[in-house]
Amino acid sequence: MADRIIEFDKVVAGYSPSLTILNELTLDARAGEITLLIGPNGAGKSTVLKTLFGFLVPRSGEVRFEGRRINGRTPRELLGDGLAYVPQGRNLFPALTVRHNLELGGITLPRGELPGRMEEVLQRFPRIRERLDNQASTMSGGEQKQLEVGRALLLRPRVLLIDEPSIGLSPILVRDVMTLLRNLADGGTTVLMVEQNVRTALKYSNRALVLEMGRLALDRPASELLGDPNLNRLFLGGGAAQAAPAPA
Amino acid sequence: MSARRHLAGLAVVLAALVIVALFLKRSDVYLLTLWAVYLMATMGLNLTAGYAGQMSLGQAAFFGIGAYIAALLLKASWPFLAVLPVAAIVCFVVGIVVGFPALRVQHHYLAFATLGFNVLAYLAMRNEEAITGGTFGISGIPRPTLFGVDLGGHLAYWYWTLGSLVVLGGLLWWLLRSPWGRAFTALRDNPIRAESLGINITAYTLLAFAIGAACAGIAGVYYASLVEFIEPGPFHFSTSLMMLLAVIVGGSGRFYGPALGTAIVILLPEFLRGSSVPWLKFMQVWYLAFFGIAVIVLMIWLPGGLLSLRERLDRKGGPQ
Repeated sequence: MADRIIEFDKVVAGYSPSLTILNELTLDARAGEITLLIGPNGAGKSTVLKTLFGFLVPRSGEVRFEGRRINGRTPRELLGDGLAYVPQGRNLFPALTVRHNLELGGITLPRGELPGRMEEVLQRFPRIRERLDNQASTMSGGEQKQLEVGRALLLRPRVLLIDEPSIGLSPILVRDVMTLLRNLADGGTTVLMVEQNVRTALKYSNRALVLEMGRLALDRPASELLGDPNLNRLFLGGGAAQAAPAPA
Repeated sequence: MSARRHLAGLAVVLAALVIVALFLKRSDVYLLTLWAVYLMATMGLNLTAGYAGQMSLGQAAFFGIGAYIAALLLKASWPFLAVLPVAAIVCFVVGIVVGFPALRVQHHYLAFATLGFNVLAYLAMRNEEAITGGTFGISGIPRPTLFGVDLGGHLAYWYWTLGSLVVLGGLLWWLLRSPWGRAFTALRDNPIRAESLGINITAYTLLAFAIGAACAGIAGVYYASLVEFIEPGPFHFSTSLMMLLAVIVGGSGRFYGPALGTAIVILLPEFLRGSSVPWLKFMQVWYLAFFGIAVIVLMIWLPGGLLSLRERLDRKGGPQ
């Protein structure tokens, strides 16, 4: 089994003291895999990513990255540790050019290192190179998502957290984005993804974690879950009990 | 626009400002200098509100702090070039303090928090007579002599202010085109996205206020020396509103927006009031009403400011 690079141990977190979203959640993500978080709306999928990336501080429990406790670390510190986060929706700054959007991803780098890192990203995404001097708002949805991921990769993260990368994209572009994430994982980057487009995402993932009411309801290999007749119910909530138990 | 065309255009405008002043009346040169002084403050406000998205209604307070520092130090025979950094640093530090509410509240809540600061500063200027002279103000503020050149004349002071404006504008241009400047834009567009890239939201929010405040403080120094007499009136919060209006009318978050907006706000009413063109004579009475209506129409038709006119026309001309 691959190393557990991300661990949640009985984590309780939420957006206010009266609004608890994660209820003693325990889960892990393994190095070099795509771990897919699925579940009904309000199950806490995006909250997992926000807690992991320091936007929310757990009220109790422990969040660990590569075995080290990271509760309370800021997003800036976590970027330095090797985590990167692509939030839900359109994440570019439309008033800026593609080049300037990309450069912002390296704002925490020493100035001298930025050109080399940009070149690395541009080699991976030739389409971004072609559009460097255009306004970011003129790019297509797929190009924008490429740029968002490329920007996150500037810091060479070991873990990429990505929230609903398929939102607003056509099926062909969704496939391209998923292939990109698969290639990243095959290259050694751990991907923790929240995705509503479950069937497509499962095809590209290694594991699926089903959340219900802020708790882990099911932990299964993605390929197994893809064939599960209860998949739709799992996604809508309440179907975990009918599904086969998680493998050890 | 290419960098070469941009520089050529700027050089033409600057040359025009240098030459035109030679043919203007003394009072018109004074108005032009007032435009340049207010422009220093509105360029700073454009960084705070336009680029970084931090709504501020306290710019006149910083303008006043700079002016009072200048009045006191210049009267104590400090050299002008030594007064400038003192005013800038004091306003920078006060700007950091005033920026703290922006870490908790945004938009109109922040506007009122900064407006509250302006009211407090105004009251201090009016009531702390031992320092500020209260409503009697401070008179006899000297104009500078630099390296043996007397800048007391209206033309000399205009050229000195214009040169200083170019230097300040150049510094802001460089800042806004650096990664720090783009971080301000990111902060304005979406703080959560910006933070996910590692941008230090706290530091950039406070910096946006502090740099804007420092610009206003510098403007205050030039103002005190221009008018040679200051009292609290020009630093009332209505001046902050006027400065914000200048930024918005010209084009908030556009580098040259404040230049145009400040011209509209400072020069247009005076031009209308003093116009000797026969068919504009009625403006001598109606100039403020016309100005108010013009601003309303402009904000409805061009909410992005005058510099968004081309985009507006492009949109209209393009496919619907």
